Amino acid sequence: MSLEPIAFGVLSVVLVASALAVVLTKNLFHSVLWLALALTGTAGIFLTLDAEFLAAVQLLLYAGGVVTIAVFAIVVTERLVGDRITQTSRQLTNGFVIAAAVLVGVLSFVLRAPQSGPRPPIAEDLTRAIGESVLTRYVLPFELLALLFLAALLGAIYFARPDD
Amino acid sequence: MPTSMPLQAYLVLAAVLFAIGLFGVVTRRNTIGILLGIELMLNSVNINLVAFARFAGDTAGLVFTVFTISITVAEVALGLALVILIFRVRRTVVADHLDLLQG
Repeated sequence: MSLEPIAFGVLSVVLVASALAVVLTKNLFHSVLWLALALTGTAGIFLTLDAEFLAAVQLLLYAGGVVTIAVFAIVVTERLVGDRITQTSRQLTNGFVIAAAVLVGVLSFVLRAPQSGPRPPIAEDLTRAIGESVLTRYVLPFELLALLFLAALLGAIYFARPDD
Repeated sequence: MPTSMPLQAYLVLAAVLFAIGLFGVVTRRNTIGILLGIELMLNSVNINLVAFARFAGDTAGLVFTVFTISITVAEVALGLALVILIFRVRRTVVADHLDLLQG
């Protein structure tokens, strides 16, 4: 008896509830906090899949970086506007129909597929395997990623330049 | 209770999260809210990637999850920089009011 099904069940409930709160809550700031919970829950899902390194990356980059940037954006736009931004939703019916259609389409595809076999045992240290493939087989995408970050950095600085 | 969850359970969870994110993207008025919905959708894709990598016993999926997470962070940084820039010019972040290109 392993803990994994229990952890998966609890994390699923937390994930779906916080994701619903992200898209439904009125206060934009609360929305970001619920997103932080959802991203942390995803890190937990990564842990149940034995991907400890990715869980750490998820926490640092997503739950740390993205949430901080989003809070910054809200604070800046609120300061410029002068009053708190509450957000309303529109076309709830249309949105629900589209999301439900996509969900039914994907689920019918997933559930029709043959049942997967059990997960194979971990052959080696996954973090070590990731590090080795990043610097050998996938070194070109890795360097391209560095280029992308440089472009994103320059772009963000360009956008954020002070008014002339 | 099974001793370990099958691959389908992870795929179903990711599909549900993806649909919720799509719902947010379609229904939110605020541009930042739309970006948060996109975050949820990209996040659910990462769950798929890791689950497939784990069940296939191949580390390539894990490597590319690192790539997608990094690219998403760059995308969010630029997206929110654009939102702030648009806000400085147009004084609004409501997507319905950003109709300058409407003919």
